[in-house]
Amino acid sequence: MKKLQLQRYNAGQRSNHWAVVTCFVLAAASGFALFHPALFWLTALVGGPQWARILHPYLGIAMFVLFLGMFFMFVSANRWRKEDSEWLASAGDVVSKGNQAQLPQNVGKYNGGQKIVFWLFTSCLVVLLATGLLFWQAWFASSVPIGLQRVAVLLHAVAAFVLVLGFIVHVYAALWVKGTLHAMVRGTVSGGWAKHHHPQWYREQMQGQAATKAPRK
Amino acid sequence: MSSLQSQNVVARSATTTPPPQARAHVPEVAKLIDVSKCIGCKACQVACMEWNDLRDDVGSNIGVYDNPSDLTSQSWTLMRFFEVEPEPDKLEWLIRKDGCMHCDDPGCLKACPSPGAIVKYANGIVDFISEHCIGCGYCIKGCPFNVPRISGKDNKAYKCTLCSDRVGVGLEPACVKTCPTGAITFGAKEDMVASGEERALELQERGFKNAGLYNPAGVGGTHVMYVLKHADQPQLTGLPQNPSISPFVSLWKGWTKPVALAVMAGAAFTGWFHYLRKGPLEVPEEDEEVASAGTSGETQGEES
Repeated sequence: MKKLQLQRYNAGQRSNHWAVVTCFVLAAASGFALFHPALFWLTALVGGPQWARILHPYLGIAMFVLFLGMFFMFVSANRWRKEDSEWLASAGDVVSKGNQAQLPQNVGKYNGGQKIVFWLFTSCLVVLLATGLLFWQAWFASSVPIGLQRVAVLLHAVAAFVLVLGFIVHVYAALWVKGTLHAMVRGTVSGGWAKHHHPQWYREQMQGQAATKAPRK
Repeated sequence: MSSLQSQNVVARSATTTPPPQARAHVPEVAKLIDVSKCIGCKACQVACMEWNDLRDDVGSNIGVYDNPSDLTSQSWTLMRFFEVEPEPDKLEWLIRKDGCMHCDDPGCLKACPSPGAIVKYANGIVDFISEHCIGCGYCIKGCPFNVPRISGKDNKAYKCTLCSDRVGVGLEPACVKTCPTGAITFGAKEDMVASGEERALELQERGFKNAGLYNPAGVGGTHVMYVLKHADQPQLTGLPQNPSISPFVSLWKGWTKPVALAVMAGAAFTGWFHYLRKGPLEVPEEDEEVASAGTSGETQGEES
């Protein structure tokens, strides 16, 4: 029997996601290079030290603008509900027991962890944009009070650090939970994946499918 | 300035290994500016332009003698004029030659992300090595004295070099050589401290009871020092009372760097080892069967 496939992301959503990833990787590489001397070699990825300094802010702005597209597409599915708190309580079990763990049966399109990542990315990007503009030497820094710039550089580094930790969790979850990457690359997940990890979303999808099928008969 | 091979480098920006240090017996130098002898003639500004081959744009008069109105990437030193009342109803016209202080603990060097763009030589001179400068402006965040200026033409940071090229071959800085009143002197730091303190005593005897040497400890002392008539109020001539590197900059360029890097690397390794030890989270076969049995097996979704 052929595996049931459910649509999770359309082509526009996937393109938007990977465009954000591209900007993130380049902005992170150039940012890391200026953060710690051990990573200065990463400037080579964007064409050398001067180019890292020139491009980093534009890459960041591009990432923010592109992320806004994803934000508005996914914000309604990421509102916090009480079942998300229940999911969080069981998350430790999943991490430590893996396949033996009991998964909650009321998880919708996104679980509590995914929602935390969504809001973490959103808030980090807002802080990164706001603080980054304040000490952008080419455009704004000369008209910003120096005391404010000093706070901004520190907050910028802290927000980037938190964002990178979120990114590591995000990537690991996608690789660890088999069948997940398929959603963002090909757009679909298997019915079993949906039923196992997002049972509430699965039920909604199956109902919707029954409803759209009915008139055809 | 390019790096001077004849000088020991004791600190180098964004560098975690020891810089070249074969020449160990270099005395620290210092420039001493005695504001009580300064007549504000700006010969030092001209000498600086001449030696360093700088040509600032002709600016406009801002109503006071300061000309140009601020330090720029083409003006590395500047006479600043202050009409102040150190005591009520006692007007004084104070003049201070502004420029890089050549801190012993340079905030610019601490903040700089580009390896070797800022160096401190064994003689105490802090120098910007322009070809390594990337124009990020972090040195401005680090400087407690508001000295570095970024050029709009080449996006490089510039400031007084203390004529490191002249000092490297045994000459005094251009401003020192040209000063007609002897307000600027140059020599070993030790000697300059002694002569500054001596001069401050003289001034005290002559009625400036708060005269003193400005060699702020918060930045480890400086290699440009002032004899101030009112050392108790350095802010009268725009100098910070207790300059030090901002705690935000120290935190940003201090322990957060290695700690943040270690935590991020640790998080990535934790993921990798979790995968090795626990294996992936897989969808049970029966879930797949149940889901597929619920339909005719056709692919769902708009793209199918």
